Amino acid sequence: MKCDHYEARFAGVGGQGVILAGKILAYGMVSFEDCKAIETPTYTAQVRGGATKVDVVIDKYHIEYPRSEWLDFFLCLHQKSFNIYFKELKDDAIVVVDPNLTPNIPDNIPQKLVLVDLIDIAKQEMGKTLYAAVIAVGMFTGLTKIIKESNIQKAVLDNAPKGTEINNLKAVKLGIELGKKAFACKEKVVRLTLEDAKMLNNEDQA
Amino acid sequence: MKKSVRFYSGAELVAKAAIDAGCRFFGGYPITPSSEIAEYMSHELPKVGGTYIQMEDEIAAMGSIIGASLAGVKSLTATSGPGFSLKQENIGYAYMAEVPCVICNVMRGGPSTGLPTALAQADIMQAKWGTHGDHPVIALTPAYLEEVYELTIKAFNFSEIYRMPVMLLLDEVIAHLSTAIDLPDKEMLVIKNRRKPSVPPEKYFPYDTAYGDVPPMANFFEGYRYHVTGLSHDKTGFPTTDPELVQADQERQIRKVKSNINNIIDYEYYQMKDAEIIIFAYGSTARGARVAVDNARKLGIKVGMMRFRVIWPLPEAEILKHCSKAKAIIIPEMNMGQLSDVIERYAADRTKILRINHVGGVPIHPSYILNVIKEAI
Repeated sequence: MKCDHYEARFAGVGGQGVILAGKILAYGMVSFEDCKAIETPTYTAQVRGGATKVDVVIDKYHIEYPRSEWLDFFLCLHQKSFNIYFKELKDDAIVVVDPNLTPNIPDNIPQKLVLVDLIDIAKQEMGKTLYAAVIAVGMFTGLTKIIKESNIQKAVLDNAPKGTEINNLKAVKLGIELGKKAFACKEKVVRLTLEDAKMLNNEDQA
Repeated sequence: MKKSVRFYSGAELVAKAAIDAGCRFFGGYPITPSSEIAEYMSHELPKVGGTYIQMEDEIAAMGSIIGASLAGVKSLTATSGPGFSLKQENIGYAYMAEVPCVICNVMRGGPSTGLPTALAQADIMQAKWGTHGDHPVIALTPAYLEEVYELTIKAFNFSEIYRMPVMLLLDEVIAHLSTAIDLPDKEMLVIKNRRKPSVPPEKYFPYDTAYGDVPPMANFFEGYRYHVTGLSHDKTGFPTTDPELVQADQERQIRKVKSNINNIIDYEYYQMKDAEIIIFAYGSTARGARVAVDNARKLGIKVGMMRFRVIWPLPEAEILKHCSKAKAIIIPEMNMGQLSDVIERYAADRTKILRINHVGGVPIHPSYILNVIKEAI
């Protein structure tokens, strides 16, 4: 159902842009989906490299608790953050990690687990690692269908600095396709590599 | 169709409300988690003809807003724990010289640099007793973004009405939380301004009690004789050691707030009608507590919450009433019990007090509060 209660967390380290990812999602939900949403960040005193996360809580009605209570979605781009913020997950939550930066994850995670070389993909396919956060928002969209593809694209464009619109749009579209691929895969553990991203990007261009 | 929504953070709303309340001077020194307030003020104040200045440190920043206010301009500074400590000497000066101004403290973990980026409610007592000597205190603790706007305006109004510094205590979660909110119409806002002298300059005294406990305040540089000092002073503003005058002046300053307490205290009841267990909470902690109240009610537990929108002064009569009736009182705080210590004195063993004191920088989870509610039965 539209605007059902949903909680998502994007985690990483300072500089990766995860807080911006949360901001884009919350903005998109409120501006284009007519839902209520809050965005609530946590970071450290280090400008870059400290464990960082953002919680986005979505609902039809007023959101009381100002952080996530029980997560439906957890995406993590760094081990440091994973160790601190991998908690309060629902049993059917979706977990997305970049295995290159988050190599140590517990065995037998009960939730659906997507292992995606997100930083590599951002670097190789978009030319800059900083697009990882926007690809992540796209993956969220493709995996969860919480926000319409067209709406997350509008939200990305509204928040993109001038001159970066085309690349950001490309990044979110790539993320959406990666997310859809992971969604379509019925296995509990899904592996997505740079090759998958290259293929999806080529399909898009064709 | 895109809705015309506007995303605001708590910090941005402090700045916006301050400007809407008539604030035209900000003197600050950046410190996490309050820096965004300074950032917004630096963008927005020049647009309305105001002045933004980043001073060399927090002490000077506090001095700058006292000066600006004496010149007749509503003034704000924003800081966090360690900066709030540095400002205390000048805050005391502002009490003594009766200079209206608003100090926003976005609380973080302490002591010292502590947890710069994490949530705490560590300065509840610093807001009350941070500076030396006796003085009245007004401190507001918003829990929602709509309330940040509303209570920031209220803070300015209190400072103007009672001619004194007022503390606006946010916590990190409230300052950094972003969401879309509707702001009230500017035309509907009630904005108060300090009382100006009605006498000619030669007849003016800056601390003239002939007009009540809050003396009219002239602007500097407009021809009124006006001596300002942190020393105890008589009505001219010049120092005095006359015991009777000093005694009367201190009593009057305390009375400004005490005799108007019913216009200042501000709290909200939630599910209190038949409540046997009562939660006392403030700031973002109250939001987790409210979720816990809802969950406990589903289990048939008669629990309610009293949330303080103004933490100083406390609504003593109401607290006393609940302390004599409640089966238990639960006080969740992101500190080691700064409010609990006070409430325990009110309760005086008439009810049991259950404290929840988390200082790890992470909000108190509603499930944790629910467990304490269950213990209280």
